[in-house]
Amino acid sequence: MAGPVLAMRSITKTFPGVKALSDVNLTVAAGEVHAICGENGAGKSTLMKVLSGVYPHGSYEGEILFQGEPCHFRSIRQSEQRGIVIIHQELALVPYLSIAENIFLGNEHAKRGIISWHRTLSHAAELLKRVGLSENPQTRIADIGVGKQQLVEIAKALAKEVKLLILDEPTAALNDEDSRKLLDLILELKAQGISCIIISHKLNEIAKVADSVTILRDGRTIETLAVGPEGIAEDRIIRGMVGRDLEHRYPERTPEIGEVALAVEDWTVQHPIHHQRKVVDGVSVNVRHGEIVGIAGLMGAGRTELAMSVFGRSYGRHTGGRVLMHGKEVSTRTVPEAIGHGLAYVTEDRKHLGLNLLDDISRNISLSALKKVSRRGVVDEHEEHRVAERYRKSLNIKAPSVFAETGKLSGGNQQKVVLSKWIFAEPEVLILDEPTRGIDVGAKAEIYQVIADLAAQGRAVLVISSELPELLGLCDRIYTMAEGRLTGELGRADATQESLMRLLTTSAATPNEQV
Amino acid sequence: MTQTETPEITASTPPAAEHSSVGAVLLRALRGNVRQYGMLLALALIVVLFQIWTDGILLQPLNVTNLIQQNSYILILAIGMMIVIIAGHIDLSVGSLAAFVGAASAVLMIKHGMSWPLALVLALLIGAAAGAWQGFWIAYIGIPSFIVTLAGMLLFRGGTQIMLQGQSIAPFPRGFQQIGNGFLPEVGPHTNYHNLTLLLGAAVLAVAVLQEVRGRRRAASYGLELLPAGLFLAKLAVITAAVAVFTLLLASYRGFPIVLLILGVLLVGFGYLMRNSIIGRHTYAIGGNEAAAKLSGVKSKRVVFLAFVNMGVLAALAGLVFAARLNAGTPQAGINFELEAIAAAFIGGASASGGVGTVFGAIIGGLVLGVLNNGMSLVGVGTDYQQVIKGLVLLAAVGFDVYNKRKVGS
Repeated sequence: MAGPVLAMRSITKTFPGVKALSDVNLTVAAGEVHAICGENGAGKSTLMKVLSGVYPHGSYEGEILFQGEPCHFRSIRQSEQRGIVIIHQELALVPYLSIAENIFLGNEHAKRGIISWHRTLSHAAELLKRVGLSENPQTRIADIGVGKQQLVEIAKALAKEVKLLILDEPTAALNDEDSRKLLDLILELKAQGISCIIISHKLNEIAKVADSVTILRDGRTIETLAVGPEGIAEDRIIRGMVGRDLEHRYPERTPEIGEVALAVEDWTVQHPIHHQRKVVDGVSVNVRHGEIVGIAGLMGAGRTELAMSVFGRSYGRHTGGRVLMHGKEVSTRTVPEAIGHGLAYVTEDRKHLGLNLLDDISRNISLSALKKVSRRGVVDEHEEHRVAERYRKSLNIKAPSVFAETGKLSGGNQQKVVLSKWIFAEPEVLILDEPTRGIDVGAKAEIYQVIADLAAQGRAVLVISSELPELLGLCDRIYTMAEGRLTGELGRADATQESLMRLLTTSAATPNEQV
Repeated sequence: MTQTETPEITASTPPAAEHSSVGAVLLRALRGNVRQYGMLLALALIVVLFQIWTDGILLQPLNVTNLIQQNSYILILAIGMMIVIIAGHIDLSVGSLAAFVGAASAVLMIKHGMSWPLALVLALLIGAAAGAWQGFWIAYIGIPSFIVTLAGMLLFRGGTQIMLQGQSIAPFPRGFQQIGNGFLPEVGPHTNYHNLTLLLGAAVLAVAVLQEVRGRRRAASYGLELLPAGLFLAKLAVITAAVAVFTLLLASYRGFPIVLLILGVLLVGFGYLMRNSIIGRHTYAIGGNEAAAKLSGVKSKRVVFLAFVNMGVLAALAGLVFAARLNAGTPQAGINFELEAIAAAFIGGASASGGVGTVFGAIIGGLVLGVLNNGMSLVGVGTDYQQVIKGLVLLAAVGFDVYNKRKVGS
């Protein structure tokens, strides 16, 4: 094989308070398929954003050599001109434009601003043939399935004369059939001399298509493994992905576990738009008073969708299953109903779904239980401030006062405000979705303590997290989900990072029921 | 609140009236509300400028009374519009709806001879029904408010013309006219001033000062940060001076306009509702982040629906005041009122994306426009240039806010 097509050397990228990448190296040989593996938050996407110019040259340290030449990309446009094209997990297609229009969006066949439709359509047809998609180029994107849309994305990349194609979780939204087709296409492109970087959680896919694998963990390169003709042992990759010390301190606790507080039975949810896709498929979980139960899963496993659907049907179309509180079936059809039955859902997306960033700390904390600080519909602002002040102290929210706008707080402090809001609502069951995402180590330890205290008060806590050490450190019991289904349930004693990771990367085609 | 659901509540007294420098406190207070204080300042500046340019005509008792009566309907609309905008919506139909209700009241009173109090109540109900109609499509069906109220704008304008058959209807009963033109009655011995106005002014002053003092005492009992005593006294002095001057101005002409009484009640009532009630708080939450509000258990559809019902009632009230002042129901009533009301709300601190603004701000914004209109007319600026200047003021006010936010944020 020729020299490397891409060499990224000593890449370091820091965000305020967080080192996302530290001294990362990545070398991709010409004409190979190179996989990047790592847990959520290991730095895979950040690395690709550095490569493609989303984070402009100068905002990171280290150097990038593409085809032997140093690169200083300041925008995606510049990296695309060199032939580096990234296809994101969320497809970037305009639904109401045609396939052809999407393929050449920003790259139109035009003369003096006037589009030549003949060339556009004939070239589009040619590209569609290359990716093996038999659709009329004039079909609207909205009218074809996700699998075909993925192929259109690749055709779009080919139109830009791609030399290095980056695919971020390309099969996450695809069914088995479409996934297989896509992987075949990647191999075919490789035969045509196009190098490829593929980011994936699905180890069986990596074993099938990749020539080598680079493993990232906590923003560092751990190792690069070559894949032999006989494939690679998945266990080998898993060991690289999880092998780290438990670096966070978890609170010591002796759980006093009581009756089952919340039980969800046989819960099924359809995708809000693509009704044929079951995002959550027949999942049953329960949590007892005083217990902390984890739900592990990689991105797209359906954990958040399960939680939001149970909490007032806030996601998708619910098609089956029931919710029981203390053994009695209850309706959680609307959010007020769910709250009324003692449920709380602390979102993973605090900026979009958790906080009113325009408003101050005290008003955010009181929002879900305003009645508790009001009399006859009138809010007692002083009482409200006192409550907020109490949480500011007890949860150690770092802000000049409770009148500080939440939009100006750090991630950790915002998370504490969202937690305060739901603790103030005094729920019996708290569902915490990625409670420590994007916050620094110190604040993480504080939040773990709050969670442990909540359980000690007899509340039932469900923790959804992508960080396995976090679940292992906190939980009494852990469910695993993959592709919308429950793939296992492990007690504290049996759970290890390896055993969990195996259940998380289990393909839905071979469900590994242990319940 | 006695429950302590979180660990380790350290029950020391909060850092109450720690003495920070006067400047720092003032700055902090200002920073929170740059737009509103800025506009209050701008209003004062505009008043002073026109007072000079008009050789003192602007603040003559007659002109002040006129100013209030001329702008009252826009101010009424601005209050409702502010609430709609805070919730993240817009209402383009209020001008047409005001005309529609004015016409309906004219038909009821003049053609059918209905007693005016009964007609007034019916007219307000018509406004509520119209608001409910629009609110239904917006909140429950999910059609954007811009579209629904654009349709309403055409609908109610057309309805007005159909009802009036293109003709004005006049005159209204005397009692009804008072809503637009009337003053509180003359009582007591003859002084050079209007007695009831003086009494009312004194009462307002007393209540305002009492509220400030009580609020301060309560805040202190909860250990919240207070304005330093000196600044607090200065604030009281400014309030006293403003109320006293305004009262004397009104009292030396024909007294307290009835419509000002209506406005005062609306300002205090809606100000309180938006600041202190649960539904007010929910309105801000929806405009600030509807998804988060919904996940917090806020019934956002109902709140949006009610905001439009309320807007309908206020549009009806504005229509009645306008008809009473004009002493006729006319097909051309209310043209461009919606734009004036929207401009008032934005000048007064609303955000185009919702979640921000106060009822007080809407009034300030409306007064800025009103004083500009009145002042420029007195100076003799033509309506052509008036529009240009008002356009620039709107752009500048919102531009200042956007610039200011960018500086603070990021």
